[in-house]
Amino acid sequence: MNTLKVCEVSVVYPGSEGGESVTALSDVNLTMEQGDLVVALGASGCGKTTLLNLIAGFISPSKGYLTLGNSKVKGYPRVLCGKEIGDEVTGPDADRGVVFQKHALLPWLNVIENTEFGLKLQGVDKKLRRERAAEYLKLVGLEDFHQHKVYQLSGGMQQRVGIARALTNDPKMLLLDEPLGALDALTRESLQELLLDVWRKTNKMMFFITHSVDEALLLATRLVVMSPRPGRITHQFELNFNQQFLDCRDARQVKSSPEFIAMREKVLAIIHGDELAVA
Amino acid sequence: MTSMTKEMGSSSIGESKKKIVNSKAAKEPQMVDTKEERESAAASVSLLDKIQLKIKKMTAPSAVQSGEYFGTPGAGDSRLIGVFSTIFFIAIWAIATEGGFIKPIFLPSPVDVVQRLIDITVDGFAGATLVEHLNASLVRIFGAFLLACLIGIPLGITIGCNRVFRGIFDPLIEFYRPLPPLAYLPLIIIWLGIDESSKVTLIFLAMLSPIVLSARSGVTSVRIEQIQVAYSMGATPWQVITQVIARGAMPDIMTGMRIAIGFGWTTLVAAEMVAAERGIGFMVLNASEFLVTDVVIAGIIVIGIIAYCFDLLMRYLESKLIPWKGYN
Repeated sequence: MNTLKVCEVSVVYPGSEGGESVTALSDVNLTMEQGDLVVALGASGCGKTTLLNLIAGFISPSKGYLTLGNSKVKGYPRVLCGKEIGDEVTGPDADRGVVFQKHALLPWLNVIENTEFGLKLQGVDKKLRRERAAEYLKLVGLEDFHQHKVYQLSGGMQQRVGIARALTNDPKMLLLDEPLGALDALTRESLQELLLDVWRKTNKMMFFITHSVDEALLLATRLVVMSPRPGRITHQFELNFNQQFLDCRDARQVKSSPEFIAMREKVLAIIHGDELAVA
Repeated sequence: MTSMTKEMGSSSIGESKKKIVNSKAAKEPQMVDTKEERESAAASVSLLDKIQLKIKKMTAPSAVQSGEYFGTPGAGDSRLIGVFSTIFFIAIWAIATEGGFIKPIFLPSPVDVVQRLIDITVDGFAGATLVEHLNASLVRIFGAFLLACLIGIPLGITIGCNRVFRGIFDPLIEFYRPLPPLAYLPLIIIWLGIDESSKVTLIFLAMLSPIVLSARSGVTSVRIEQIQVAYSMGATPWQVITQVIARGAMPDIMTGMRIAIGFGWTTLVAAEMVAAERGIGFMVLNASEFLVTDVVIAGIIVIGIIAYCFDLLMRYLESKLIPWKGYN
């Protein structure tokens, strides 16, 4: 059983050249279990990306700890928040796959070479890694594009390669930093559905960042609303719109249901309230 | 209903606007033509004005051809024009020399130069045939180039990736980079003597700095997301350097290599000034001392053609090795 624990974490960026230091995150607590799809939503500057970078290990917390996984699997068990939880997250590693908004594919490799890149880094046998990569490319609907050059693909296809690449590595969790933000509206909706299918089939723990309230509500099993200055989690909602979608396969029907609209209004009010308070 | 009609209305207006713009673009040159004719008919325009008008017409953006975007600077194929301009300049050269306007000692005729080129290929000049001279020079240049690549590319990448290496090598490279090779040639001769090693070293030093600098700037042009994703897939720092950064820096490195080869040819003549017995640069220098102008020109043409062929080869390699250059 994989568990991610973010424990009393703060991140303070030192002010540049005598400027005041900026508190990007303040006392954030978050727990995620296998199969959770947690979506972080909030106005810009609320620390969403900082939180993702923390979990990915690209930055380290000024205060607090992050742990991932079962303490019995490897490393020294750490006692945190009163309980023995897991290994301390100290830097980026293969157990946390990342998908960025854009531009993280390697243009000198074709689609399948990009997808198998993680396994190649770990020295997995070529035949085996090809099989695995092909499997996940099929999952994202790119089985006919193995030999294509990634820089000639459309933005939506590039993101699908990015998702397949992260999954091929079989990480404990997937971190998605506005992965659909640079796509047009139609592609975006079809990729939301694809992502939900992928999530259900692989049962991965996913942490997803977005600016779009609709996207957040449709995807999340848990919605985390964040607020800026200092960045913190203000509200958490358990949602099941994604299950509704997976049952009926009709995103528009889900999005036009009264519960969805009511929830959207509620979340928008929270976000706009924040913006008013800042302005 | 109303919104639909509105949309349709607006779209048809948009289309008709586009048509107007297109027809304008197509008609404009014609309008200029007729204006010109009218003006010349109405009043006798001076020759200067006519020439000015012709130049204006040649440089003005022409109507958009299918498959082209309007406003692309310098769009279109220029190869045919290039062939004509080459023939034109050779013709002027031939007329000026064969007509006796310029003495052969200053500028021999193209025929003389070609004749001399054949002579030095068969009989040789200054103790060696053209092929032997060329061979000596190419060995120096490409030997130095190979050495500069083998040392410069890893060095540049290391400088780009490592604070300590940057601290050590940055001042050194930044200091010697702007120096003209001729300035430190005497020092190299004192250290290494006058044989082959000093020549190769001089060319090598001239080539090293552009390669190092381009590799270094190539490192910074690799996107941080690509590096972070590699780490998130379990890459070691060494794997990131060799499999992400070094590959991502390739476009810049290739540009640096092209610049370096150019520097190499400029430095070659300087290197071959000192106690060389063979070499295309030595041949030209030797010929100029004895005022054998046709050999000088033949040598220059040979250097030019070879340098150009190498650049074509590099461009071909670029299209094969870094086909993603220019894409986002």
